[in-house]
Amino acid sequence: MQALYAQLLVGLINGSFYALLSLGLAVIFGMLNIINFAHGALYMMGAFVAYFLLNLGGISYWWALLLAPVIVGIFGMILERTMLQWLTGLDHLYGLLLTFGIALIVQGVFQNYFGSSGLPYAIPDQLKGGMNLGFMFLPIYRGWVVIFSLVVCIATWFLIEKTRLGAYLRAATENPTLVRAFGINVPRMITLTYGLGVGLAALAGVLSAPINQVRPLMGADLIIVVFAVVVIGGMGSIMGSIITGFALGVIEGLTKYFYPEASNTVVFVLMVLVLLVKPTGLTGKAA
Amino acid sequence: MKKSIASFLLGTALAVTSAGIAFADDKIVKIGALSDQSGLYADLGGPGSTVAAQMAVEDSGLAAKGWKIDIISGDHQNKPDIGTAIARQWFDVDKVDIIVDVPNSGVALAVNNVIKEKNGVYINSGAATSDLTNAQCSPNTVHWTYDTYMLAHTTGQALVKAGGDTWFFLTADYAFGAALERDTSAVVTANGGKVVGGVKHPLNTPDFSSFLLQAQASKAKIIGLANAGGDTTNSIKQAAEFGIGKGGQKLAALLLFLTDVKAIGLETAQGLNFTETFYWDMNDQTRAFSKKFSEKMKNGAMPTMVQAGVYAGVRHYLKALEALGGNPHDGIKVVEKMKSMPTEDDLFGKGEIQPNGRTIHSAYLFEVKKPSESKGPWDFYKLVGTVSGDQAFTPLSESKCPLLKK
Repeated sequence: MQALYAQLLVGLINGSFYALLSLGLAVIFGMLNIINFAHGALYMMGAFVAYFLLNLGGISYWWALLLAPVIVGIFGMILERTMLQWLTGLDHLYGLLLTFGIALIVQGVFQNYFGSSGLPYAIPDQLKGGMNLGFMFLPIYRGWVVIFSLVVCIATWFLIEKTRLGAYLRAATENPTLVRAFGINVPRMITLTYGLGVGLAALAGVLSAPINQVRPLMGADLIIVVFAVVVIGGMGSIMGSIITGFALGVIEGLTKYFYPEASNTVVFVLMVLVLLVKPTGLTGKAA
Repeated sequence: MKKSIASFLLGTALAVTSAGIAFADDKIVKIGALSDQSGLYADLGGPGSTVAAQMAVEDSGLAAKGWKIDIISGDHQNKPDIGTAIARQWFDVDKVDIIVDVPNSGVALAVNNVIKEKNGVYINSGAATSDLTNAQCSPNTVHWTYDTYMLAHTTGQALVKAGGDTWFFLTADYAFGAALERDTSAVVTANGGKVVGGVKHPLNTPDFSSFLLQAQASKAKIIGLANAGGDTTNSIKQAAEFGIGKGGQKLAALLLFLTDVKAIGLETAQGLNFTETFYWDMNDQTRAFSKKFSEKMKNGAMPTMVQAGVYAGVRHYLKALEALGGNPHDGIKVVEKMKSMPTEDDLFGKGEIQPNGRTIHSAYLFEVKKPSESKGPWDFYKLVGTVSGDQAFTPLSESKCPLLKK
């Protein structure tokens, strides 16, 4: 039983990454109607920016948490301005192909210069060590990841669902022309939204840098699972993606305990089941 | 009539000459470097192995003697089906003579069959499974650098003798992990130890915390990592995070490469014991080779033992071809020649290729340096001991290779 508690907690930690990433995807899909396949590459860039900040500029993890999402977010906004915006109104497939291509290019460039095994990034001194919870030894850093990402997820949900800015955003997705008539700069808002989604991915990258290797393919390995999470949660649903992110982390954790061989397929089995029973995802509405 | 007889004779003569060219030994060689070019094993083999093969061709000096040697490379993506498809195409269409490197035991064993069927030459340096020269040995195959038997009988044995008598395995769930766990378990039990449990994880797992918790709960003295590349670095890094070293349990990195240590960082990796058959900083020759190699790599990486094995293997292959006086394009014949000649090169020293295809050379026990002891970006290892080739690798008497029964 003790082992089970430990696995549940470990699942929640992985769930935090799924939640942060799928949240970014959901925001981008919900507002821009773009299936952002570059998300994994942008997550990877977040981790690399943190690495560069520390090793070239001596800038600590704490500042990286703020700076990396901003820097990668700006990169994302440039992508949106120069490329993605021309795809508005076209079939989803165009956005998917473009972002997939961007992901391959970005990963290829990083791989060319940094190889595939990655670079080490130490856990910040303040979060080193761990606590004995009785049923497991919890590294403090992992506890921090769960709490921090939970706060970020809820803040993002609040921003989009409960504030005036969020209301504009949602309105702009429903009817851009009408919102523009009210004097709101819709294209700029869309750019900022893409920047926000990308920033969330970069933030997850910084969070994961001390746990995983800072590797060019760290995002490629994760993004497929995250897409499954989004599909299960319902494309574009903010709360849905947060909850499914955490829930699937837990389910995956339990699989690692009961039948480890299936741990990297269980998410996809669930995705198939959900698609069969409820094709719009657990919280999604029919289009 | 006279004229037509003349042209008939001329035609026949031409046909005979051209057939003669096709069947005689020529001086054309095509080498295929098949590897994981972008995944978790790309740094230990990958593009670096192609560079090593190119260096071997340059250093052989055969080009000046009228030989034409080409190298092509392919990415098997760690998938046996892709690996065999590339190998088939290379033999059928590209007229490749020899395939080198091929990390990932699953792919390596599959490709082994294709090469045997096509009568090519196979110098494997990247894969670990001892089956390549054991139950699944082939007259076309030479296995360089290392294998699971060697890893078990060096690192594994040293740890059991030092008191690590209970083991829990974290095993990559494919041919390689299974072979390494099998060979190491045999050593553990033979030396009076006990395997108390294990868990099989999928290849390329980013998060090991669940598995590490199970290992922690097992209370085994040694947690044996029967995995490689990115899986090993993640296991070691995350084990440190979960305080596994402090709880009295010891990690056994059964297979660790130079690039893995670089990726983990000395802070976390320090004190790890493991075995390799090549390290760049062994002597003047290895340093000279490695410096040249590093200058050709985009990220300035030093060579791993796998890449060194590709170099040494290709050098030996070309020596055999030169001794034959030409390329017979007959895998079995070339490999027999390779086995009949003792191996000697700057990187692995003197050695031999056994009848089952296993290359025998010394193995070295290393310990990862403390950050304070490291003097440069690739200064990572301290030599702890040397195991001679005949002690490190499968003795012929234990080998189940059908070739030995002849």
